[in-house]
Amino acid sequence: MSATADALGLEAPARPPSAPRPGTWRRLSRNPSVFVGAAILLVVFCMGLAAPLLTPLDPGEINPVYRNKKPGTEQTIRAADGTKTVVTHWMGTDSLGRDVYARVVYGARASLTVGVAVAVISVAIGLAIGLVSGYLRWLDPIVMRIMDGVMAIPAILLAIALVSLSTAGLVAVIVAIVVPEIPRVVRLVRSVVLSIREEPYVEAAIAVGTRTPLLLVRHVLPNTIAPLIVQATYIAASAILIEAILSFLGVGIPPQTPTWGNIMAEGRTLFRVFPHNILFPGIFLALTVLAVNMLGDGLRDTLDPRMERRA
Amino acid sequence: MSGAVLDVRDLTIALPAGADRAHAVAGVSFTVDPGEIVCLVGESGSGKSVIAHATMGLLPKGLRAAGGQALLAGEDVLAAGEARLRELRCTRMAMIFQEPMTALNPVMRCGDQIDEVLATHTRLSPAERRAKVLAIVRAVHLPDPERMVASFPHQLSGGQRQRIMIAMALVLEPALLIADEPTTALDVTTQAQILALIRELMRAHGTGVLFITHDFGVVAEIADRVAVLRAGTLVELGPAREVLSAPRHDYTRMLIEAVPSLVPRHRDVVTAPVVVRAQGLSKTYAQRSWLGAARHAVAAAADVSFEIRRGETVGIVGESGSGKTTVARCVARLVAPTGGRIVIGNTDFASISRHELHALRRKVQIVFQDPYRSLNPRRTVGAAIVEGPMNYGASSSEAHARARALMDLVRLDPQSLDRYPHQFSGGQRQRICIARALAMEPDLLIADEAVSALDVSVQAQVLALLDEIRQRLDLAMLFITHDLRVAAQVCDRVAVMTKGRVVEYGTVTQVFGAPRDDYTKALLAAAPGRGYAFGKAAREAGAAP
Repeated sequence: MSATADALGLEAPARPPSAPRPGTWRRLSRNPSVFVGAAILLVVFCMGLAAPLLTPLDPGEINPVYRNKKPGTEQTIRAADGTKTVVTHWMGTDSLGRDVYARVVYGARASLTVGVAVAVISVAIGLAIGLVSGYLRWLDPIVMRIMDGVMAIPAILLAIALVSLSTAGLVAVIVAIVVPEIPRVVRLVRSVVLSIREEPYVEAAIAVGTRTPLLLVRHVLPNTIAPLIVQATYIAASAILIEAILSFLGVGIPPQTPTWGNIMAEGRTLFRVFPHNILFPGIFLALTVLAVNMLGDGLRDTLDPRMERRA
Repeated sequence: MSGAVLDVRDLTIALPAGADRAHAVAGVSFTVDPGEIVCLVGESGSGKSVIAHATMGLLPKGLRAAGGQALLAGEDVLAAGEARLRELRCTRMAMIFQEPMTALNPVMRCGDQIDEVLATHTRLSPAERRAKVLAIVRAVHLPDPERMVASFPHQLSGGQRQRIMIAMALVLEPALLIADEPTTALDVTTQAQILALIRELMRAHGTGVLFITHDFGVVAEIADRVAVLRAGTLVELGPAREVLSAPRHDYTRMLIEAVPSLVPRHRDVVTAPVVVRAQGLSKTYAQRSWLGAARHAVAAAADVSFEIRRGETVGIVGESGSGKTTVARCVARLVAPTGGRIVIGNTDFASISRHELHALRRKVQIVFQDPYRSLNPRRTVGAAIVEGPMNYGASSSEAHARARALMDLVRLDPQSLDRYPHQFSGGQRQRICIARALAMEPDLLIADEAVSALDVSVQAQVLALLDEIRQRLDLAMLFITHDLRVAAQVCDRVAVMTKGRVVEYGTVTQVFGAPRDDYTKALLAAAPGRGYAFGKAAREAGAAP
């Protein structure tokens, strides 16, 4: 039972570490990695959204004459009324004569969709399970053993199994990545809940008769938000990578829909002669994952006061 | 004053820009002579620890000495470089800290930690060092020195760890020992032993001791001279006896008057009806494996019985681990007791179902120790106070009107309901917690060490507030505390607990005046500064001459 604990306290701590501190947005925008990461992501996002405006070409259009062209090759297209337009294949064409630039631009859609969807779904499910598991002691060991089991399922094998059961597609890919991610979120949420439930203000809320569901939403949930946002960015980054891997292996999104993974898979056979097929989607994939991870690191530094103090 | 071990002259330490004041410490001068204990006393934020850290050359980043000198046997340590400071530490000056668990390295044996000091500063052979380590461990009266030096810190008790810290500090016989609240984290009986040890070693080696504390009881026990600090300035400096019995400065007088007296206040016997009756209450914690098999059980509370009448305050006093907080949590039904009855009105609170419990919860409310953690930092003070009544069907406007009235009752501005907890001081937050508890219109208010984390002047105000509320609302109160002085002032009856059991239960006059149990006697004998009259008695003594 310690009395005043003022080790070097010149003034009692004005704010406890978990308090929402004023100017969170301003501090976020000042953090260089948040700024750069968010800027790159915004560019990629706009690119996917505005894909039809960025290229006149159809990413799926096969052209047997213009197969395996080097980047910068020009092509003259003659329209039905006799007018000629010249298009440049900035990133060359693949072995079916499809424009790589168009495919990369459209491919951003698949990557970002998978990244965002996996992050949102796994955080939502994991948050619900984690809250309940962390708070209800009798349920905890059961849930955690199940989670340990789920965690042991490899995403790629699950995807192969799902695809062989139904058809390959966006949904199968998202499900395959979400399932093994859930336990990671559950563990994070549970650890936060376990520490918060011992806080006197939670006990005070119990003493004034706040029922469990309200207690969780009002007093426990807000404390999990900051670490979850950070975790969500890492999940998004890894989901984008896994989607690319699955598509590269041919068990992901079918080849007619362009994704960075299957563009690279397509270019694999002729990599030594025409490296551009792998190079350009590879650059975009690496940049995007880097941007998401930078955003995550920056968010962690600004939202997690413990990291801030260490810095 | 050339013989002084430490001569602090006009010391000024600047705070970083944007702090609540410009200087942590401004123009402080005092000396510590060999074989003398000088106490630096002050409330939190007074700068007493900053002076100690500055002397050791351990100022945290952001703080810097802006003027003055700190002469250690004539050498200014403020001007010394890092290499020189390293030489001086442990050989000429040493420091012991408040929390011995965190000051010791948990993965190193205690003997090795003392040995490290010797290996760094001397050229002794390993055998000589080992002999010296054992000698100093014996000198701090640790039983079985061979085993102690081979133990890891977690294997020792708090008092034993603090003895190891003292051994480490004194092994090279420094001229100056700085003790920064070394007994604050310890129980009162352990505290008495450590204070006696520091005094004994000081006499034996002629060490000068700079002792930092917030506790006037400790000051009365140990100090030769006292320096009182307030917001970074020295307000009074003089021999302990003079400062304690005839303080010259108003601030010192206020602090001494705020210390509760150990002599119980006279109180009339309460004959009102019984509100709460605990009978044979017990709580056993069983550690279980996840399959449900019990591994081993700990009886945190066993066979605890007491009753509290309307308008009466019953205290539970005891040291850490005595089970007093467990009893409080059982009565508030934050944990379910494993045995016994808690009768409130006609119902047994200990065994009712969840559903019935919800309806009855409002009858028992609790105020916790730590004012910084007992309010949700993300919710406004108003939201905290109205939460309870609204759980029981009060409308928002009703609840807010009541919250404003309660803020008024606890002497806070009713307009500040939409502020957040971090905008309030510790004492104000504790008032808010009291308001939150009272919003439920409870029959029983439990105060679980509710004033232990507060400075003595703030503590006096909160205690007065609690007493006033008890009288005005005719509340029954269960007051949990480790502080005998506080118990003497607020309780009608007290139960003394140790190792989960009540060893003595009676009116406060009986228990404090004529204790029957050996443990109670030991506890009272260990209370620091019992030779001095504090509080109201001090005021009267001061007024008499």
